[in-house]
Amino acid sequence: MAQEYRLILQHADEPGYTNDIECYLRHGGYEGLKKALALEPKTLEDGSVKSGPEQIRDEVRTSGVRGRGGAGFPAARKWGFINHNSGKPIYLICNADESEPGTFKDRQIIYKDPHQMLEGTIIACYANNVHLAYIYIRGEFHEGAEILNRAIREAKEKNFIGKNIQGSGYDLELYLHRGAGAYICGEETGLLESLEGKRPYPRIKPPYFPAAYGLYMCPTIVNNVETLCCLKHVMLMGGAEYAKLGTPNNTGTRIVCVSGTVKRPGYYEVEVGKVTIRELIHDFAGGLPEGRSLQAVIPGGSSAKVFRAGEKFQIKKKAGDGQETVEMDLEDLPYDFDTVVEAGSMSGSGAVMVLDDSVDMIEAIANIAEFYAHESCGQCTPCREGSLWLKKALQRLAHGRGRKEDADYILRIADNIPNGRTICAFGEATAWPVQSTVRKFREVFEARGAEDEARRARETEGAGGVGKEMDVAASSQP
Amino acid sequence: MTNVTAERQEKSAVETVSVWIDGQAYDVPKTMPHPVSGEQVGTTMIQACHMHGIDVPYYCYHPKLPVAGNCRMCLVEFGTPALGPDRQPLYNEDGSPQIRKSPRPVIACATPISPGMAIYTQTPEAKQMRESVLEFLLINHPLDCPICDQAGECKLQEYAVDYGKADSRFVEQKVHKPKQVDLGPRIMLDDERCILCSRCIRFTRDIAGDDALGFADRGSYSILTNYPGKPFDNNYTLNTADICPVGALTSKDFRFQMRVWFLKETKSVCTSCGTGCNIMIGSRNDRIYRYTPRENDAVNSCWMCDYGRLNYKWINREDRLREVQQRRDGAPAKTNWSVALKEVAERIESSPSGSIGVVASARLTNEELYLVRRLVQDKDAITDSVPRMGEADHLLVDADKNPNTNGAHATGIAAKKVGADIATIADRIRQGKIKTLLVFGEDVTKHGIEADLLKELDTLVVSDILPNATTERADYLLPGCAHAEKRGTFTNAKGRVQKFMKAIEGPGDARPEWEFLHELVQRKTHDGGSANLPALFNEMAEQVPAFHGLSWGELKDTGAQASL
Repeated sequence: MAQEYRLILQHADEPGYTNDIECYLRHGGYEGLKKALALEPKTLEDGSVKSGPEQIRDEVRTSGVRGRGGAGFPAARKWGFINHNSGKPIYLICNADESEPGTFKDRQIIYKDPHQMLEGTIIACYANNVHLAYIYIRGEFHEGAEILNRAIREAKEKNFIGKNIQGSGYDLELYLHRGAGAYICGEETGLLESLEGKRPYPRIKPPYFPAAYGLYMCPTIVNNVETLCCLKHVMLMGGAEYAKLGTPNNTGTRIVCVSGTVKRPGYYEVEVGKVTIRELIHDFAGGLPEGRSLQAVIPGGSSAKVFRAGEKFQIKKKAGDGQETVEMDLEDLPYDFDTVVEAGSMSGSGAVMVLDDSVDMIEAIANIAEFYAHESCGQCTPCREGSLWLKKALQRLAHGRGRKEDADYILRIADNIPNGRTICAFGEATAWPVQSTVRKFREVFEARGAEDEARRARETEGAGGVGKEMDVAASSQP
Repeated sequence: MTNVTAERQEKSAVETVSVWIDGQAYDVPKTMPHPVSGEQVGTTMIQACHMHGIDVPYYCYHPKLPVAGNCRMCLVEFGTPALGPDRQPLYNEDGSPQIRKSPRPVIACATPISPGMAIYTQTPEAKQMRESVLEFLLINHPLDCPICDQAGECKLQEYAVDYGKADSRFVEQKVHKPKQVDLGPRIMLDDERCILCSRCIRFTRDIAGDDALGFADRGSYSILTNYPGKPFDNNYTLNTADICPVGALTSKDFRFQMRVWFLKETKSVCTSCGTGCNIMIGSRNDRIYRYTPRENDAVNSCWMCDYGRLNYKWINREDRLREVQQRRDGAPAKTNWSVALKEVAERIESSPSGSIGVVASARLTNEELYLVRRLVQDKDAITDSVPRMGEADHLLVDADKNPNTNGAHATGIAAKKVGADIATIADRIRQGKIKTLLVFGEDVTKHGIEADLLKELDTLVVSDILPNATTERADYLLPGCAHAEKRGTFTNAKGRVQKFMKAIEGPGDARPEWEFLHELVQRKTHDGGSANLPALFNEMAEQVPAFHGLSWGELKDTGAQASL
C-alpha cells in the first residue's frame, strides 16, 4: 500500500499545530533561512569566490526542484535567466493565485502553515538578490490573506523580514497583494500586469519574459507557493539529499489533490513518481463509490488533457544504458512530471480529477468549457472567441440540441485555439480538455447528436411538420 | 520626429542582417526606431516583410503604435538556422542553409528577426491560421456592412476576400453588446463591431497622451469604453476613427454622410496652423465630406488634430463670394474678370510710387504671395500680412494659425514681425499718402485699418472667399478660392514647402488667386510669366532665395525643406 510522504505538510494537520510564528519556531521554523543567511562565501579551486546566494542557487539546481504551479519548469533554470548585473532591481513574486479547478494544495499551506511559505520565499529572495517581493494571493482567499498578513507582521517583528535580517546585513520587504477574482491572474505575466494595477492581460513573449522585463520592466521571478516551500527543505536537507526523494528528474514531494467521484477526495503529499494513478485513486482517495467503474481521469487540473479509462500508453523507460518502451495502462502511470507528459497530458497543478461511469462526459466538458469561457481575459482573438464558442456548442449538445456533426464542429473550433496561436497558455487550457474529450469519447458525442436530431425529427412530425427547420441558434443560451 | 533625425537614425543603423522570407534572401536592418520613443529596437518580422513588399495581414499592429500582439492575424511560421554539434550552421546539398522549423507559429508584429531566420508567410498552415482568426473575429460580428460607415475601407472586408469563407458554420447565438455608444463629442462607438485590437487605446494613451480609453468586462463580452462620466474628448480623438480597422469607432461628423467608395481622394495640406499636416480630402461632386490625415513622417506622422480635420465646412458655405464686382455709383455691381483685371492693372500701373499698400494673407500660397510681390515691386509699396498667434500643443498644433507665414516672409510680403507694418499702412492712408489698397484674404477692418479709413482710399481692391466688412467696401471685388479648390504650396512653420492639389471647383466665378494674379502681373509688366502652376513654382524657386533649388516635381507628395 502506497504511503504519503509528508515533507511540506509535515506539521500542517497535526493536532495543536497553529499557524502563528511561535508554533512554527517551536517546530524548527526559519532554520532553513538562518542556514541560508549563514552561508559564508566560498573560494573555489580556480580562485573565484562563490557568494552565499550563489551557493543556494547551486543547491536548488542540484535538488532538481521543478515548478509546482503547472508547467513543471526547473526552478533553478528559471532563476538562471535573471541578469544580476542589469542595474535594475530584481523582484520576486510568490504566486498564490491558486485557481486551477481541482487544485487546493497551496490553500493548505497558506491557511495552515503560512510561515513555511514565507520562509521559502525569503530564502528564494536572498538567493536571487531580491530586496522587494510580493505575494499575489487570489481574491477569494479572504481568510488566507488575513493569515498571511498576520504572518508577515510576525515575521517582521522577529526580523525575518525587514532590514538587516537576523544580523546578516540582508534587507527584504515583502507585501501581500490580493487579486480581484480572475483565473488569468495566475498566469505570470497577467499577474504582473495586475500587480502593476492594470487589467491582467498576459504579456507577449517575446519580448516581455519576466526574467528580463517583468514587474515594472525589471527582472522578475514568479514562483508558486509549493515550489517556494520546497526550498526550505532543500536548504535544510541539502540539494543532493532532497534529490533522493522522488524519482530522477522528478524529485521531491508533491501535494496531489484528488477530487471527483472518489470516496475520500483530498490532498495527499507523495514522493513524485513513486505512486501511480491507481494508487492515488484507490489507496489514498478510497476508490470509486460502490458499483462504479472508472470512466476518465483528468490528471493535472481542468486544463489538462483527459485520459480515458483503459487507455494504453507507450512510455519510454531507462533500461541499463539505453531505453525501452513499455506499454502502460492509464492507472499504472506513475504520477510525475515526465511520464504524464509522455502519455499526452500533464500533471499540471497536481490536481487529479476522477470521473466514474455515472458522469456524463458531455456535461462534464461543457462545465469545464463554461469555466474557461468565463475566465478568458479576452485579449487575443482565438481564445476570446473560441472559448465562448466552445461553451455554447457544448452546452447546446449537453441540453438536447445537438447535431450529428457537432463532434467535428467542436473539434474544428478547438483545433484553432492552441499551439502558439494565443498570447498565453490559456489557449491550450481552453482547448486541450475539449480536444481530448471529444477525440477520446467521440462515439458519445456522435450518439448524442444523432439522438437529438432523431428526437427533434419525431417532435416536428408530431406537430404536423410545422417548424421542421432546426433552429439551434434560437434555442441556445447566449 | 523630424525627417533629419529619421535620416540620421537610418544612417547610424547600417548593420543589416540577412533573413529568408518565403525562400528568398533579403537584407534588413537589424534595428529600427521604436514608433513612440524613437529608440533603436530590434526589427520585427512584419517590418522585414513589409519593407520588401511581402504582405503579412494584420489588425492590431500599426507601424506608428507600440505593438500589442492581440489580433493574431499576423501569425507566421518560422525557423532558425540548424546548427551541428559543433554549433556551426548546417548546409543542404545545394549550399543553402538548413533551417530548423519551429513547431509553433509566432506573431510577426512582435517577433524580432535574427540572422539567417526563415519566415514563412505563405504556407498552408499560415493561411489556415489567418482563416481561423478571421472566422473567430466574424462569428460575433454583426455583419452589418450595408449600413456600416467603414464599408469599403474595412479590414474585415478586405481580409474576408483573402481568407474568408462564403458560408458561416456558426450556429450559436451571437454575443450582443452596446451599440451607438456616445464616447465623446466627436466619436461614436459600436461595441459589436469592435474587434478589441486596442489601437485606439494605444493611440490616445501613447500618442495623444490622454489615457482615456480601455476595455471592460472580459472574454468575448469585452467592450471598449471610456471612463464613466468622462467623455473621450481631446483634440486628437478622430484619429481613432482612422486607425480603427473596422467600423467600431466612427466620426460623428462623417458617419452616414457618404459611402467612402464614392469619395474622390485628393492630396492636400491642412491650413489650420503652421504645422501643415498632410491630408487627404474626400470629396464628391465638388463637395467636401471629410479630411483624413495623410502620412508624412517629417510633419504629422499619420495623425492630425480634430480642429484641423473639421475645419472644412466654410468651404461649402452658401455665402461664398461668387461674383466679380465693381463699385459703380457707390454700389457694388457685377462685372467680369477681364474688365476688372484690366482696370485694376491700370490703376496699379498709374499709381505713383509709395501710394500703394498691400495686406496679403499668410493663408495665400507661396506662388500667390510671390505674384503679389511682383505686382507691386516697382511701386515702393508697403506690404504685410496679418498675424494669427494662438496656443500650441505637445503634438501637432502650432502656435501660428497661419499656414504660410514662412512663405509670406520668404516672398517679402510680411514684415519681420508679422503685422507690424499694418499700422504704418493705416497711418499713410490717414495721411493721404496711400491711395490704393490691395487686400488679399483678410478683413483688414479687424486688423488695424478701420472701415472709416477705407473711405479715404481712391481704390480698394479686395480678393476674398467669404464676405466681410472689407469686401463690402471694395471697389473691385475678386472672388478667390480655398486651398481645396486650387493647387499651390505652403511653407510650414519648420520651413517645409508642401504642395497641395485641387479637390473641387470653386463656386461661381471664383478663380484661384494665382491665376488672376498671374494675369494682373502679365497685364502690368507685359511679361509672359508662367501660366501654369508647376512652371510658376519653378519660376518662383529661381527668383526667391529661400526656394532656390526646389522644383514642383521634386516636392513630390511630402514636400521639401526651404532654406529660410
